[in-house]
This record gives sequence, C-alpha cells and structure tokens, in this order.
Amino acid sequence: MTDIVTDHSHHHIKDESFDALMKPVYKGKGLTDEINTAEDKWNLLPAFLKVKGLVKQHLDSFNYFVDVDLKKIINANKVILSDVDPEFYLKYVDIRIGHRSNSSSQDKIVPPHQCRLRDMTYSAPIYVDVEYTRGRKIIMHKDVEIGKMPIMLRSNKCILNGQNETDMARLNECPLDPGGYFIVNGTEKVILVQEQLSKNRIIVEADDKKHIVQASVTSSTHERKSKTYVVTKHDKIYLKHNSISEEVPIVIVLKACGIISDLEIVQLVCGNDSTYQELFAVNFEEAAKYRIYTQRQALEFIGSKVKTIRRQKLTVLQEGIEAIATTVIAHLTAENLDFREKALYVALMTRRVVMAMNDPKMVDDRDYVGNKRLELAGQLMSLLFEDLFKKFNSDFKASIDKVLKKPNRATEYDALLSINIHSNNITSGLNRAISTGNWSLKRFKMERAGVTHVLSRLSYISALGMMTRISSQFEKSRKVSGPRALQPSQFGMLCTSDTPEGEACGLVKNLALMTHITSDDEEEPIKRLCYLLGIEDLSLIDSSSLHLHYGVYLNGTFIGITRFPIKFVSQFRKLRRSGKISEFISIYTNQHQNAVHIATDGGRICRPLIIVTNGESKVKAEHLLQLKNGQLQFDDFLKLGLVEYLDVNEENDSFIALYEKDISNEITHLEIEPFTVLGAVAGLIPYPHHNQSPRNTYQCAMGKQAIGAIAYNQFKRIDTLLYLMIYPQQPMVKTKTIELIDYDKLPAGQNATVAVMSYSGYDIEDALVINKSSIDRGFGRCETRRKTTCVLKRYPNHTQDIIGGMRVDENGKPIWQHAPLGPDGLGEVGMKVESGQVYINKSVPSNASDSVLSQQSSQYRETPVVYRAPEASHIDQVMMSVSDNDQALIKVLLRQNRRPELGDKFSSRHGQKGVCGIIVQQEDFPFNDQGVCPDIIMNPHGFPSRMTVGKMIELVSGKAGTLNGTLEYGTCFGGSKLEDMSKILVDHGYNYSGKDMLYSGVTGECLQAYIFFGPIYYQKLKHMVLDKMHARARGPRAVLTRQPTEGRSRDGGLRLGEMERDCVIAYGASQLLLERLMISSDAFQVDVCNACGLMGYGGWCTTCKSSENVIKMTIPYAAKLLFQELLSMNIAPRLKLDDVFSK
Amino acid sequence: MSSDNNNNNNIVNIEYNRVTNVTSTDFPGFSANSYDQSWDLQKFRDSLKVDISKLDEREANFDLIHIDTSIANAFRRIMISEVPCVAAEAVYFYNNTSVLQDEVLAHRIGLVPLKIDPDELQWCDDSLPENERYNDKNTIVLTLDVQCTRNPNAPKDCTDPNILYNNSNVYAKDLKFQPEGDQEEVFKNRPIVPCDPDILLCKLRPGQEISLRVHCILGIGSDHAKFSPVSTSSYRLMPHITILQPIKGESAKRFQKCFPSGVIGIDNKGCAFVQDSRKDTVSREVLRHQEFQDHVKLGRVRDHFIFNVESTGAMTPEEIFFKSVRILKNKADYLKNCPIAQ
Repeated sequence: MTDIVTDHSHHHIKDESFDALMKPVYKGKGLTDEINTAEDKWNLLPAFLKVKGLVKQHLDSFNYFVDVDLKKIINANKVILSDVDPEFYLKYVDIRIGHRSNSSSQDKIVPPHQCRLRDMTYSAPIYVDVEYTRGRKIIMHKDVEIGKMPIMLRSNKCILNGQNETDMARLNECPLDPGGYFIVNGTEKVILVQEQLSKNRIIVEADDKKHIVQASVTSSTHERKSKTYVVTKHDKIYLKHNSISEEVPIVIVLKACGIISDLEIVQLVCGNDSTYQELFAVNFEEAAKYRIYTQRQALEFIGSKVKTIRRQKLTVLQEGIEAIATTVIAHLTAENLDFREKALYVALMTRRVVMAMNDPKMVDDRDYVGNKRLELAGQLMSLLFEDLFKKFNSDFKASIDKVLKKPNRATEYDALLSINIHSNNITSGLNRAISTGNWSLKRFKMERAGVTHVLSRLSYISALGMMTRISSQFEKSRKVSGPRALQPSQFGMLCTSDTPEGEACGLVKNLALMTHITSDDEEEPIKRLCYLLGIEDLSLIDSSSLHLHYGVYLNGTFIGITRFPIKFVSQFRKLRRSGKISEFISIYTNQHQNAVHIATDGGRICRPLIIVTNGESKVKAEHLLQLKNGQLQFDDFLKLGLVEYLDVNEENDSFIALYEKDISNEITHLEIEPFTVLGAVAGLIPYPHHNQSPRNTYQCAMGKQAIGAIAYNQFKRIDTLLYLMIYPQQPMVKTKTIELIDYDKLPAGQNATVAVMSYSGYDIEDALVINKSSIDRGFGRCETRRKTTCVLKRYPNHTQDIIGGMRVDENGKPIWQHAPLGPDGLGEVGMKVESGQVYINKSVPSNASDSVLSQQSSQYRETPVVYRAPEASHIDQVMMSVSDNDQALIKVLLRQNRRPELGDKFSSRHGQKGVCGIIVQQEDFPFNDQGVCPDIIMNPHGFPSRMTVGKMIELVSGKAGTLNGTLEYGTCFGGSKLEDMSKILVDHGYNYSGKDMLYSGVTGECLQAYIFFGPIYYQKLKHMVLDKMHARARGPRAVLTRQPTEGRSRDGGLRLGEMERDCVIAYGASQLLLERLMISSDAFQVDVCNACGLMGYGGWCTTCKSSENVIKMTIPYAAKLLFQELLSMNIAPRLKLDDVFSK
Repeated sequence: MSSDNNNNNNIVNIEYNRVTNVTSTDFPGFSANSYDQSWDLQKFRDSLKVDISKLDEREANFDLIHIDTSIANAFRRIMISEVPCVAAEAVYFYNNTSVLQDEVLAHRIGLVPLKIDPDELQWCDDSLPENERYNDKNTIVLTLDVQCTRNPNAPKDCTDPNILYNNSNVYAKDLKFQPEGDQEEVFKNRPIVPCDPDILLCKLRPGQEISLRVHCILGIGSDHAKFSPVSTSSYRLMPHITILQPIKGESAKRFQKCFPSGVIGIDNKGCAFVQDSRKDTVSREVLRHQEFQDHVKLGRVRDHFIFNVESTGAMTPEEIFFKSVRILKNKADYLKNCPIAQ
C-alpha cells in the first residue's frame, strides 16, 4: 500500500477548508473510536470534494482545452501555404498558454481582482512556435504571441491555482470562491453547462400518429455537423440526409456501399429472424422498381440526388462516391473507398428501425440522461478558438499572398512580420463571444445566444448554484412535458429539487453533489484493447454470423462482435478497476440490442460508487480509518479498486444498494451517501425528506436571493449591486452539505426565535410579526453597496473630461449640492450623500468635436453625477484607475445600511416566504417562563397546506441544540433524530413537543394554547420595500404622447389599465374615468373647426381660412396625435361637434 | 386536595393540550360571584406579599404575591420600555479605517450598556437643531481613539494576533469619558464606564485606526432597545402540583423523573409528594404518561408572580423596579388629574 500513498502534491487545492472535515477527531469521533462502515462511509464524500471540488467539471474541461485540445487544433490546421509562392510554407509546431518555451513558470499576468476592479479581461498570452521559410532558409521561431486567451479562474493556467489561503488573501481573493468563471471587461462571466443529445449515436424514435419510425444519428466532426436519418415511409425504409434532395431507398444505399447481394443485405439487417425478414422484404421491391442492381448504378442514383454546389463539376458517379464517403454518416471515415464500415452502420441503423417497427418498445428515450451529453466551457471555447484560428490563418495567408504577389521585392519577405496584424482578431473574438454570450461559428453555421451569463453574486449560494447549473438546448416556449419531467435516470446525477419555476422549469437543472463530467478520452487504445480481449474485427466477420453474437460498440460505432459478452465486460471492468485504462470509460451490456457499449467520449455524467463483490462492500473499516488518518485519498480508493465511477448507462447495468444492510449477492455497487441525490443548493434545506417536494424547489430558488456574506473579499469588491448582511449566522440546524460547501463560513441568514401563533391580524397571508427590539439589536440588518462608474474620455481634439472642484458659497463653505465632495471634486469616503447631491463633479469639454486647431480648451460643461434615491447613502470607496484603453476610470461605491421595515421579505429554508407585516414593541410580545421573547411570530396557517414538516423538525432540533449547546444536523435522509431532540427538550425542563406555555405581553395572562416556540433559520431576501416604493402626484411626461412616463425609475405614473377601466365603466363613474384618463393624464386644448372638422390653431382654421366655426375643446393629446398621424397618411378624420343635451 | 373553592379558582389549569382559567379578575369594582370578591385597598395591603429570593448587582429574583396580573405585567412592561437609561445616541467619526463601516460600529457602540446614573442627566430636546441639542446637562461625551500597531517584541513564529499587534481588539473599556462643564465634579464618585468592559467592538490590524466621539443621552426602551435598563424583566407564575391519588413504589420513581429534581419527593412509605413546586419548569412531561392520568393535576397560581429582573448594569435591579413603580404611579396620577377623567 505504501507505494500508492507516496505523492499527493496534486491534491493541494482547497486543502485548508477540508482540513476540519478530515481531522482525526471530527464530530466527536476520535481515531480510537470504532469505525462503522455503514455510518462512516460518508467520509468518502468530503474526500471526493477535496479532490474534485464543486466546479471541477468546469476546471477539468478548461484544463483539457488548454492542455490537449489546443494542440489538436493547431495540428489540424498546421500548415499555411501560399497560392503564389509554392516554396513558401509556415508550420505551427507547438502552442502554449501563459508561458514561454524557455521558462517553465507562468508569465506574470494581471491578477484577477485587479481585472475586476479595472474592467479588464483576465487573460494570458497564447504563444505558438512556428517554422517557416524566408527565401531559401527555413526558420524556427519560438514564442510568437498570436492573441490572448481569457483564463478560467482556478484552472491550471490561473495564478490562483494551488495557492493557499494566505496567498489568496494577498491577491484579494476569497479562498472559498469556487472559480470556474472568466473575467471579461471586469465582469465575471460563466459559461453554463449545455445539455444536448449525444453525438454520433443512433437514436430510434417512433411517431405513433404518423406511423413513422426513424433512426437518426448526428455526426459531428471537426469540420462539419450533419444528421443522417433512416426513416420509414409507408412501411418502406429510406435514408434521409439534408444534402440529398430526396429520400433514398435503403437497399440502394446499401448497394452503393458495396453490399450488392440481396442475401447479404438481409443477413446484415435481419439476421435469421423471420419476422424481421418479412418486415424488410418490401424494400427490395422498392430498389428493383428503380432497376438498380449494381453498386455503380446505386452510386449514380444517389449522385444524381445530391444538392451540393461545387466549384468544379463532378460526374454523377463521383458525386455518389463523395456522398457516401463524406456526407452520409460523416463521423465515419472511409479509407480507400472501403465502405464496409459504413454499410454495416447503415445496416445496423436499419435493423434498429426494423426492430422498432416490430416492437414499438424498442425505441430510445430522448430524455434518458444516458442519451445526453453535457457541453462544458472547454468544449465551447475550443469550438470558438478553432473558428477564430482558422479565420486568423486565412487572413494571415491573404496578407502573405498579397506581399508575395508583388514582383521584385527588395528584401526577402519575413512572414512573421505580418502575423501580429491579425492577433487582435483572436483576442477580441474570444472576448466578444464571452462577454455577449453569442457563439457564432461559421463552420457549423451555429448561432447560439445566451451561452454565457454574468455570475450572480447575490449570495455565495447563488454563485455556487450558477456554477452547477445546466441549461438545456430545448426551446422554452414549447409546452412538452417530456424533457421537463424528472427522469428516474437523473438519480444521483442531477439534483431532484433544484430547478426554476415557470417557463424554464425542468429545462434548467443542477448537478448533484457527487458528480463528475467526463472529458474526451482516446478511442484508439481502447479499440486495440478490445481486440486483445478477443473481439472479432468487423472486417473479418461473415455477414451471416453478424447478429448471432453480441456486437461491440465503441462510442456508438460498431467495432466487432464477441461470443462471450459477460466475460468480455468483466475483464474490461477489471482492467478499469486496476487503473490500466481511464476510470471514466464506461462499459455496459444492452440485452435488448445484444450489444456491449463502450463509451470514452466527453460530456457523460458519472458518479462514484462503492464496489460490492460477493455480497460484501469492498470498502472496509480499515480503509475508512486510513482515510481519516490521511493515509488514503479519494484517488487511492479508485486505484485500489474499491470505488469506481459509473455513468448513467453503466449504472443501469448495475444493481446498487442504498444502504449496507441492503447488500445481497446480486448487488454490484453500494451508494456512498444517499443525500448526494441533492445538489449544493438543495443541500441547505434541513430535513428536506420531511417536506412536500415543491417546497424544496421553492427554497432552491429563494436560497439564491438570500442576503448574507458573499465572499471573504466582499468589502474589497466593487460590484454594480451587492447586498450584504451585517450579522450573518450559521444555522443552528446544519446539514453535512452545508459543511461541505462552506455555507457555515459564508452564511446568509440568522437564527430567529419563532413563535408559531397568530398575533394582531397583521400576520395574515404569511406576513410576519417582528420584534422591534430584535431589530434594534441587529436582527435582519443589511447593507447595500451600489457602484457608479465614470470614465474620463479623451477626445480627438486633445481635450478630455475633467473632474471639477467644489463650488463654495460666500462663507467659503461648499454649497449644499457639493457638500459630499472633497477638494478634488470626488465624493469623500465616509460622507453622507443625500438625494440631489453631487458625488462626482465631472465636466465635459463643450467643443469636443471641434478641430485640433481651435485652441479654446477652457470651455467646459458640468455633467455631475447626482445621487437620486429616497434614502441617503454613504460613500464607501472611491477608486481611480486606468482601464484597458488608457482612459481614467473612476468608480464610486455607495453604501446604505438598512434595518428591516414593513414589507421587507423574509423566508425560512422551507420555501415559506413572507413579508414583515408589523413591527411590534418587545413588551407587547409574548414571553415564556425564562422571559424569552420571540424575534418573529409566524402565523400557523402557513403549515397545513404547505406540509413543511421539515420546518417543524428544524425548530425542535434547533431548540434542543440551543439548550444542549450543540449544532444539530438536518441532513437529508439522516440528521438528528426527532426522538433524541425531544429527549433533550424534556431533560432541560421543556415540553417534548417544542410547545411552551407563553404569557401574553399585552395582558400578562397565560395564553390558552401552548405555542410552538424555538429557533428557525430565517433568510432575508433581496426584495426590500426601499427599492420598490413608489408614488407620484405630478411628474415627468413622455415627449411624444404627453402622458405620464412609465416605471419607477422614471418617476412614472401608476397606470389605470384596461381592466380597471372596465370596472369604472361598469360602475358608471364616467367623470372619474374622464379625470383619470384625460384630465390627469394628457388633456390638451385644441381648436376644432366645426365646418371642416379638422384642427386649427389660435382660434383660426387653416383649412377654411376662417375663425367662424372654430370651437375650443379638450381632448387627450394622444387623440390629437392620432388624428395628425392619420392626416399624414392621407386619411382625414373629421370631428363633428354637437351638444349632448340638445335644446 | 384543597376543598376550598375560592382557592381552586385561583389556579390556572395546565392541561395536556391547553391552558384554562387564565383570566384574572382581581381588579377594583369586580364582583362576579355571590360572595364578595370586590377589590379592597385594606385587603390588598394586608395580603400583598413580596419575597426576595435573590438580589445582587445584576439580577433580582423576587415573588410578588396576591397582586393582579395587570399590575404585575405593568411593572414588567415599564421596566422593559419606560424606565429611562443612558445610551450612545450620536457618534461623530474623525477617522475609521477599520473593517467595520461607520454605521455598524456606531450601532455596536450604541448597544453598549453604560454605567451612568440617569438621574444626573436632563432630557434632550429633539426639536432643537443638532448643534444646539447637546450640552453638559444632558449629554455625556465618550471618546474612542485606538490605533493598531505591530508589536516589535512579538516572537517571530507567533501567529496569535493578540501578541503580534497592539490594540488588535477594541473593547468597550476603550470608550473613555470626556467630562464637559461641571461633569467632572458631578460624576467624581461614580466613574463613567461601560458596565461590561470586555464587549468586543471591533478588531483592528496594523495601520488601522478608530477615532470618534460619542454623545450619550437619556432615552427610554420603547424608543430603542439600547435605552432599556434591563436585559429582560419577566415573571412566571408559581407552579402548582396537586397529587389527586397516591402514587407509590416504582410508579412514584417514574413520577419523580417526570419533574426536575427536587420537585417531587418520596416519603419513607414510598409515596410521592410535592416537595418544592417552585422548582418545576412545567414541562408537562407527566401528562404524557398514561399511568399518571387522573393522579395528578398541574396548575399555576394566578396571583403569585416570580419576577426575574436582569439589569444591564446601569442601575441595580431594585432601583429599576422602584422606578417602574414610580412611573406607574405617575401615570395613575396623570390619569387622575387628566381633564378627561373628570
């Protein structure tokens, strides 16, 4: 064992934070204590997270991109040749991010926090080594910079990689920040994980209404993406492809692939099964109808249907060959025009269709998680980079050609001189894509918007939740329930609770706690391994025996057959468990298809499980002991073959026990810890297994809005808007997940003593009654920090924006508007800024557009930044810096301290939100024997319909914890037992149920009911009255319609809408309606000519040239506008005026 | 066990899932039953009983017996919210480079209880502008000037910030009294200090500095909790346990376990008896047990208040209680003389 436990230097990430969990004495359990495998196997979870971390999927994917994928990309686009000079070539030899060839250490790059503050991009240079010709000489040049690559924080190219807590503090970074995002132009951007159907796999679907069965495969290669279908039409089977104009009978396709004999076709598609043969037979007639019997005829037939446009015309035969070789099932390459592999593939697709025609149950499930692949930041970056690199190369080539074309050059041309011209394209292309989220790839004609999102820093949990989020490619507007439903195969892979409500419900998912997303692995060695393990190569298989045995598929491609599938699979697994091949390669048997599938591709979700053999868990007490002692790491468990990763497909081929007591002889695996079915966000809920499930989902949405501590560097950050809680507390009732994700170090809420009773009537509809003294003492206090950015621009005529000083009155004191300013014209730190006061006294030159020659630069126009808000703020920070483009950048951070007020929103951790309905004096609050008053009174009507029993248990556990001096656990499927908690209550002289006898604070008498009374963790949510309150009597109006503006931000009016209007009409209050809709809105005096019915002005009708019949009247300005607009399009609306009450 | 009907009426019944007979009727002019229950000053004077069981600098525990709930509750309410006390009201910052924001630090200083006799100060007039409001008659000025520096004598491998730096923790005791006018004379014998010197206000690191002045004024708890002279003052009703049928043997031991220790005694015959019902916390545990059903009756004496007054330290608890009595008396006088009352 010693040789395994030698070097763990690669496990350094986040070491400190897990130390407490890995300590020999933890949770009252010492080294000498007996190890109970059933209870203590959960320690594998912190060990897993220590190695993997919560955002490991993003980091792994980015690391794979910069270390492996980049090299593949330059290899695929290696050489640049000139059309002009055949002698010329330029070859890329190597590519590196962030460090030069001669130094092993990374270049010094601007640290991430500085990038945030200075609105810069956190990136590192991309260096390439090139070999090229200059005249006759071949020159090697190293370390040519071709652009800058945005760096994912905490990836192996990031300067934070492997830093300890002290180093992180020095860099102004929070050690608990998970990383996995980019900083582009100062904003933190996350590339969300994208969910899609797996590529290069056959999916069989059936449409019962249209009687269609189709097998489709999306082929994806570096060059192109295309989709091939094998589809039924009137029970006949055809091949369909986008670049073939019509459906081709399947027999013709097979013939074109070189399977000329009808017998062989039947053997390949149907095998010996007579039902299949009967179903398929009709297709031969279809081919015979076209009189196609030879391969040449078939190829020509297909060639004639191809609709690609080429520069030089090919013959029909060549088109046919081209189509079969490259367009149909493009991910298979046909070497030397050997179509045998393709023929088998098409035949197998056809077979799947025939099977589904025979038995409708043989279709695949699109929503099955095993048929999904997750696309991560690295893959998306790689697609983008390859596109930009190709563009870069073609631009580079064009400029080389341009120079080489010139005859009689004086000096020999050095191609390297023009390489830097285009380097900005890569940099800005990457930056633009990440900052806008628009991924547009010319190669695939892909245009995807909304790939990136701004990292939500509302709370630590919201940031964390964003890193584990998975967005689906599925359209949100479609009302199909299938993709939104909870799939049984999500178990343990995707969180069962964490999904938004509303339109994205079920489409946006979150990773569960213990998942890993694979990255691509080499196929070739696995293929060779399969042959070594006795797989019969497909080129050697007799067509007649193809379906007699199990087929072996590698990443969906048929590679051979095996006569002993069970033996093969177990040997393969043995190799994986012994670490001979990557632990992420999955193998499983599909009994229905008689197939063994091996997957090495990236994007599969998998999770670790304990291996069980012969009815015994492989993880024994001694292993767990060594884990606790730090002698073993999680990776050692993998290497020792005690634990292995299973993806969804292989999981389906296993028999997994949830608890150790369930293990029997058939069991193959054991769950590490059941609460890992939940993700990081749902893991905050105490006793979630006692709640009604939608309540847990609501809490997942609300936990992200809770105000709390955000990061250790929260006071150093200058964000657009930040909410912080002044006195956050860790919850009395924790969960193991809370400890694992460090929520106890950056909490978002407070333990409030809650009395569940009705009080005052201001608590209906979930409103809360809050104790004023609790608020006085700091309950629910929070702070908002708002940023204002100001750039001092430079103009072409050498003028620039300036910051003016302050203006003073006759006494030499600054005028009121300038009171917060210092002598430099910027607000001074600590000053109070009230509405109407200036905190950046900026001036812009009034002649910025003038030419350079007119030297009147002293003219300035004041454009101060004025504070406008109902409540005053304080200036927290003023930052002056220089941004990327050399312009002075000023950021001012305004801070506001808020105590809870009427209407502020609070929520417990059980999806029970409520607003503060009334704030009551402490002496009016009920109190118990000990004199304890609640902080919050909650109405008991919140319980019956919501069925949040977890909240009640949280209260009892919390109360027991406070009396006992312990933090209790409410971990899902576990946690402190209610009986134990009740026991503690009784031992401390309280009632077992958590209900106390209270005295009314108002009358002093005992309350007639016992009150459920104890601590519950409450979160303050970001929705506060101060940000929403709005009223208007008079105010601004829109220019065009002269109606009041809309919205709080524009001091807008409150709209009396159509439905309200209907009410007023129904009531018959016409004068009220007139007042609301016209007089108080956009009343306008017009002069209407009663003769022509058109509008004039000044008592004069311009149409009739008279003032005789002009009448003054009031109409809405919008109506007047309508009439004039109609006039402008040659419609003359004429007003006919008459008395309503004729005499 | 008591057959006296009148006595039973004075017990609040603690049942398994509810409390009954909670209302108190002992107030002037009330006479519900045939026999005389009406309130009589002489009777009240004779029956009122005050037992003090604990009295020290910070805490008082006393029984108020034979008094109506409304009066007892009035004392409790007044002590919490209407007995005047001195606390920091305005904080003027000269410099604050600590991690705590000005508002937060000011809030923390505001909550520090101060040992100032409220009788020595006059009330502040809120209607005056801020620069005229405070004078030496109504305001106590405290200063806080702390700078954190490195400790040159700290051992090299030390990581404890308390040793590495000077003034790394700012405590309430760092608030220093700055006498204005004749305050030095007035407060000569009673130095003005925070009641608890070791309340942590803020933590500092080298280079950080706090310099501020605090104006402390008189206020009442209903305005802000910082002006409340008590941490809390509350009462509980005297527990009352009645054993209806004798409980013997093993059953008695189990019965004893349902109560905190000392409540139930077992005599030499093995029979359970009520030893000291005052020690009971009324957890109602006994009511859960089927075997004790109809054996025991729980209750609380309605006019026996066990008061508990926890002072913050500015005044002694008895002073606070007496002040509450005086305030209640003043209120009654006010009502008596109120024009509406006549």
